[in-house]
Amino acid sequence: MNPKQYIAARAAKELKPGDIVNLGIGIPTLVADYIPSDVKVFLHSENGILGVGPSPDPEHTDPNLVNAGKLPVSVLEGASFFDSASSFAMIRGGHVSVSILGALQIDANGRIANWAVPGKSVLGVGGAMDLLEGSKKVIVTTKHTNTEGGPKIVKELTYPITSERIVDLIITDLAVFTVKADGLHLIELSPGVSLREVEQKTDAPFHIPESFINSKEVTVKWLSL
Amino acid sequence: MFCPVFYFSKPLKHTKSQEEVGKRMSKLITCAEAVKMVKSGSRIMVGGFGLVGCPLSLIDALAQRNVKDLEIISNNLGEPGRGLGVLVRQKQVKKAIGSYFTSNPEVVKAYQDQELEVELIPQRTMSEAIRAGGAGIGGFYTPVSVGTKIAETKEVRDLNGKKYVFQEPIKADFAFIKAKKADQLGNLIYNQSARNFNPMMATAANVVIAEVDEIVEAGKISPEEIVTPHLYVDYIVVKEGN
Repeated sequence: MNPKQYIAARAAKELKPGDIVNLGIGIPTLVADYIPSDVKVFLHSENGILGVGPSPDPEHTDPNLVNAGKLPVSVLEGASFFDSASSFAMIRGGHVSVSILGALQIDANGRIANWAVPGKSVLGVGGAMDLLEGSKKVIVTTKHTNTEGGPKIVKELTYPITSERIVDLIITDLAVFTVKADGLHLIELSPGVSLREVEQKTDAPFHIPESFINSKEVTVKWLSL
Repeated sequence: MFCPVFYFSKPLKHTKSQEEVGKRMSKLITCAEAVKMVKSGSRIMVGGFGLVGCPLSLIDALAQRNVKDLEIISNNLGEPGRGLGVLVRQKQVKKAIGSYFTSNPEVVKAYQDQELEVELIPQRTMSEAIRAGGAGIGGFYTPVSVGTKIAETKEVRDLNGKKYVFQEPIKADFAFIKAKKADQLGNLIYNQSARNFNPMMATAANVVIAEVDEIVEAGKISPEEIVTPHLYVDYIVVKEGN
């Protein structure tokens, strides 16, 4: 597994049978490939689908059937189509169990920036702000560091904030954090990753459980490699 | 006068396949189980335009329960002794929020006797407020009812030279709705003009219970035809009686 696949597989572990799940663009899209077959969830796509199925073979794609990333998809039995206003009403109205999103930055309070890059023309917002409002649970999936190796989990956002909404869970290739009223809490290190490495690559302060401080490496039990 | 019409049409055929379909469906419960969740003081929105599209089996089951002080959000309150009219007759309703209550003389009498509070809201404003409630919208401005008694307590705002009143969203503890057909996941389609308020109400309550005539296998309703996607529907009951 490459880091993105690892993150997607870890995020898939958070899903429960019956969940209505919205997947954002990028790593979140990969989550669909790692949902265990005994966990039946319903994938919601912001462009108007409930019940998204796997990617079809190239010869079975339909140009009118795509996901939020505009990639071809299929639909499962019991799927439905609806207009964009209805689709976002489902999210904003609190009818979606989990949204899984990417992020450019995450701050110490668990708020994210994922729609605009400083110094570049801001030419799109899409559904980024909408997706953070209303979902019962928001999971952020992202590489721990940016392309220059700098931290993406920062004390204060330097990129424009997407929403005041505090996310619930942050999953990176190095670690998993939950977000509480007092900030970020480390709950898991990825296989072979040390606490020291996470500390070095994280700008924002975070709470560390005592059990992590004394052990050099924490074995992750969920992953059957 | 009403004629004994088609709302109580032929009994649902419980064929073997129908039972099989239902068994594999986790949302399926009985009307009695459904109304057990309701408590005195619950706020319930009930679909229907009069008795058309009204979940009559659920209402009849609720009438069997000793719950009172209910707050009912519905366009009307049934007919004397029928539909929501049963709950009015049994003095189970404390407050009614809807658009037209004069068609049931027992409602008029209960109001005059101060046994029933009534909040009137224009029909389109009501349906939109329920839609807003389900869609996480914090309210909206509408020109309807400006300058009338109904708008007396509401905020009025001038927008581009026209007056609008602010309408808050409407939500409820329960929605009792009526659909024609559900699939095993809880996707719904309706029956002609019996659709009315039901799709909006399906979105705007903590617990949504749909009464249906028939349950089919998942995939039997076209994705293009589904009006209420299953994520809105918590429970399904099959219409009872004849």
